Amino acid sequence: MTTLTFRKPSALPGFGITFGITLACLSLVVLIPLASAFVKTATLSWDQFVAATTSARVLASYRLTFFAALVGALVNAVFGFLVAWVLVRYTFPFKRIVDAAVDLPFALPTAVAGIALAAVYASNGWIGGLLAPFGIRIAYTPLGVFVALTFIGLPFVVRTVQPVLEDFEREQEEAAACLGASRWRVFARVVLPAVTPALLTGFALAFARALGEYGSVIFIAGNVPMKSEITSLVIVTKLEQYDYAGATAVAVVMLVASFAILLLVNTLQWRLQRRTRRNLRTVPAAVAAPDGARP
Amino acid sequence: MYSGAPVAGRTRAARGTDPVTEPRVIRALLIATALLFLGLFLALPLVAVFAQALSKGVGVYVAALSDPDAQAAIRLTLTVAVIAVPLNLVFGVCASWAIAKFEFRGKALLTTLIDLPFSVSPVISGLLYVLLFGAQGWFGPWLDAHGIQIVFAVPGIVLATVFVTFPFVARELIPLMQAQGSDEEEAARVLGASGWQIFRRVTLPNVKWGLLYGVILCNARAMGEFGAVSVVSGHIRGRTDTMPLHVEALYNDYNMAAAFAVASLLAMLALVTLALKLIAERRVAAELAAARDARALPATQS
Repeated sequence: MTTLTFRKPSALPGFGITFGITLACLSLVVLIPLASAFVKTATLSWDQFVAATTSARVLASYRLTFFAALVGALVNAVFGFLVAWVLVRYTFPFKRIVDAAVDLPFALPTAVAGIALAAVYASNGWIGGLLAPFGIRIAYTPLGVFVALTFIGLPFVVRTVQPVLEDFEREQEEAAACLGASRWRVFARVVLPAVTPALLTGFALAFARALGEYGSVIFIAGNVPMKSEITSLVIVTKLEQYDYAGATAVAVVMLVASFAILLLVNTLQWRLQRRTRRNLRTVPAAVAAPDGARP
Repeated sequence: MYSGAPVAGRTRAARGTDPVTEPRVIRALLIATALLFLGLFLALPLVAVFAQALSKGVGVYVAALSDPDAQAAIRLTLTVAVIAVPLNLVFGVCASWAIAKFEFRGKALLTTLIDLPFSVSPVISGLLYVLLFGAQGWFGPWLDAHGIQIVFAVPGIVLATVFVTFPFVARELIPLMQAQGSDEEEAARVLGASGWQIFRRVTLPNVKWGLLYGVILCNARAMGEFGAVSVVSGHIRGRTDTMPLHVEALYNDYNMAAAFAVASLLAMLALVTLALKLIAERRVAAELAAARDARALPATQS
């Protein structure tokens, strides 16, 4: 690959140095460390790898992490859509503050979120205390994991759906209404299909983030092996027992899972952008294309 | 940035004759449900941090923050951010210049690779550096022989922080610089400006709010990171505990008021971040809109 075919000629200077720095930083900080995980795993035999990644305790942690992340992302898909809808379509007091507050889970350190959620949802907390008389315990049970993962994933769906709803042409809804469709039918057949790719992207981003989450979960989960122990914690526990190879094997399983989701999200976003561009071409006056997810 | 429905729609909705909005009762119900959800998951935990921090009175709060270990944790957190954020800034500017201003093969792949740390679990990010620099790691024996400690010490904390914050500045700048194109830079080049002059005088003024936006988010993550730092820190109080790690240590000691006191500082950082983000976001939208107008109407470009 010669330089000429590698890049198109440009009048601007500085490609060599900036590209070089970018590649050097990327290799040193991201690629070499990531490669080390796979190389470390390769020191295990296949049987050892399978044993490390499929022991009963690890399997239980996969199950809990997967289902808590899935339910959390589903709740976020429903309520995130509702929040985006309310923020785009309606007016109410303090709307700007509510809009800004949606990003709180991105800005609040996970450890702080963890102890705060544990305090609120513990059986002597503000919400835990209300539920305790009914025998419902949230903190220190698998439900606590779900609460933390819902908190962590909250902004993703809102922030992916919001720009698409804003760009949506309401003329389409008016046309459907003029043709006699009920409000519910307009929503289900006109609005929802347009928003679905964004909704799926937001759901996948929230799910991916929840799979790897650690800080906010460990304070509220109780961390009982086989019952309320997430996969990230299994890795930390193995590390603390100096089982480096075992920890790395489980980490590689998680890495592969999250890269698969990343691939899925990229495909979805590519489709989403294509769809928006098509709309832009038909109506040039329409507003900007959405800038996509912003985790 | 997130304006509501068009004004016409709103006034018609107020009269209750708009065919494309919901009846007043349903609207109120939907708003109430959304606010209840946000209240349960966002507002209550945030309020709880401050309520718990002050539950034993202001004296305990002040004592918790002026404790030598807490002070050391605050200093370490600031040190880590002061190293990690500028590194990220330099990398982000270089990456976005190379990616946004030039066409080359494998650009999409490079952009994806830069985003990779976002999809790696924080715990795994920390683990990677233990594998490289730990006692059993690749460079462990060599580092040991030369008396250099990276993992379970401050350098490891910095490295793990750099990893988790890696994409922040680049992913804000790349779309912004791509939208702005390079016409102005090329004009400056023709007029004889050097590369650095072009960046300083032409590009930087156009993207300064996008840059600030990235730096704000990067800083919030650098100061608040827990999982990655927890794996590479030696958990030595007063020496390798950052603020989030100090919160954990106090919490595990059942020293709740003190844990929440330190946590309240981090919560305030989050609130300041959100406020700054709001301001920067509006300016970035303006920068983007200006770029779009300039491209749509080349005649008006000065």
